[in-house]
Amino acid sequence: MSNERSDRQADKDDLIERYSAGQRINHWIVAGTFILLALSGLALFHPSMFWLATLFGGGSWTRILHPFVGLVMFVTFVCLALRLARYNRFESRDTEWMKKIGDVLNNREENLPEVGRYNAGQKLLFYVMVLCMIGLLLSGIVIWRAYFAFYFPVGVIRLASDVHAVCAFVLICGIITHIYAAIWIKGSVRAMTRGTVTRGWAWKHHRAWYKQLNK
Amino acid sequence: MALQSLDIKRRSATTLPSPSVRESHTGDVAKLIDTSKCIGCKACQTACMEWNDLRDEVGTNVGVYDNPADLTADSWTLMRFTEYENPKGDLEWLIRKDGCMHCEDPGCLKACPSPGAIVQYANGIVDFHEEACIGCGYCITGCPFNIPRISQKDHKAYKCTLCSDRVSVGLEPACVKTCPTGAILFGTKDAMKDQAAERIEDLKSRGFENAGLYDPAGVGGTHVMYVLHHADKPSLYHGLPDNPRISPMVTLWKGIAKPLGVAAMALTALAGFFHYIKTGPNETTEDDEAAARRYDASRKGNGPDGQKGVATHEEV
Repeated sequence: MSNERSDRQADKDDLIERYSAGQRINHWIVAGTFILLALSGLALFHPSMFWLATLFGGGSWTRILHPFVGLVMFVTFVCLALRLARYNRFESRDTEWMKKIGDVLNNREENLPEVGRYNAGQKLLFYVMVLCMIGLLLSGIVIWRAYFAFYFPVGVIRLASDVHAVCAFVLICGIITHIYAAIWIKGSVRAMTRGTVTRGWAWKHHRAWYKQLNK
Repeated sequence: MALQSLDIKRRSATTLPSPSVRESHTGDVAKLIDTSKCIGCKACQTACMEWNDLRDEVGTNVGVYDNPADLTADSWTLMRFTEYENPKGDLEWLIRKDGCMHCEDPGCLKACPSPGAIVQYANGIVDFHEEACIGCGYCITGCPFNIPRISQKDHKAYKCTLCSDRVSVGLEPACVKTCPTGAILFGTKDAMKDQAAERIEDLKSRGFENAGLYDPAGVGGTHVMYVLHHADKPSLYHGLPDNPRISPMVTLWKGIAKPLGVAAMALTALAGFFHYIKTGPNETTEDDEAAARRYDASRKGNGPDGQKGVATHEEV
């Protein structure tokens, strides 16, 4: 059996699909636009990061491009969220998972309840992202000076500026966590690059999902 | 570029001190607008247009004397007319020359994200440097007086400069020079306060017991001040804010949120790094792969048919 393990064909058979090509393309459009938006947004958020505006052709181009890229991110995010929403319903085992966050952080999977396609942390991030994206879209339209800001009283624009900054802050921290988790949990990145994960990975991290697949 | 003859006290989106060795030893400057002397002739508007080479679009009459109807990127000052019926039943025609107040604590400068697009000179004048302006409109969001306007021609923000180019070479602003009744004066802020005090005493002796100086403390005082007959109710004068200050929402957004937000984002990334250093990667082992295969095999054994896509190496 151990000889078979080294066989390439066997390795291929050990893989199961986690994301379709469409989902992966969708994810990377959202991810790419997020990076552009985070860099251009941070350029306008704090003077220490204004130099990032150079990446976009200067301050004025940053101001012009950011909201349009934001629209692309929102639309593609909605597509992705709709594809994945049904896997993100909270279940009773998610509460237990949350309570055992210490075991999660210390790589003690053996103490955790069986996890479905997504764990409670991933589900939480999903809802946080949905809320932030809605907040960013609505507040972003209000402060979009070239086309919309003049429709709103200044008090609303001020509030929207705060909402935009807070949502962006939460989203950026959430995505930092999301990226870190992918680096930390080995074998995760390939789910989004090649679409597949190993059976062992699925067994270890998403056992309920794995069992459901092989019912 | 900043005027070389005027040193800079504050600069937008800049965290370190600006060139500030040369101070304004003769004191801050101020423009004093005496509403009780204003006759609403609009000569100041004309002088502003001429000196700054501005020609606004000819608009339409909206039924009041205000012309144009509002400040624009091409109209940096504007007479605003208010018909006020006082408690005695008499009509008072309150006329106020509107424009940038040149706040000591400027909300526009605080909100601006572009380094050096808004500066405050050592003499107190707040000036926009349009070549650094990115057109985001945050200055409008930050201003407590609703003054800056974005031009539809070049998408840059414009407002009264207090004729910083004239002041830097020892001239008074164009509106001051042209005012036929002496309702607009210019000098050091102290001198203007002294002048205002005399006018206020005079007005009080004529029955305007609430006459006073409008130099609102909420924005640290302003470098454009008004003598008002009704200083107890500034909002009578076409909505001049009674207690202007930078909105707490702007202070939050452009104050404490900035350093805290950046620190929290950096800490989130650092927390991840140190978690990795402490706990290490979470790797899938051969045992996990074997356990998955054992599970598959057990399903295979019990299940009705071999499931498609479930490869069990025991069979290979």
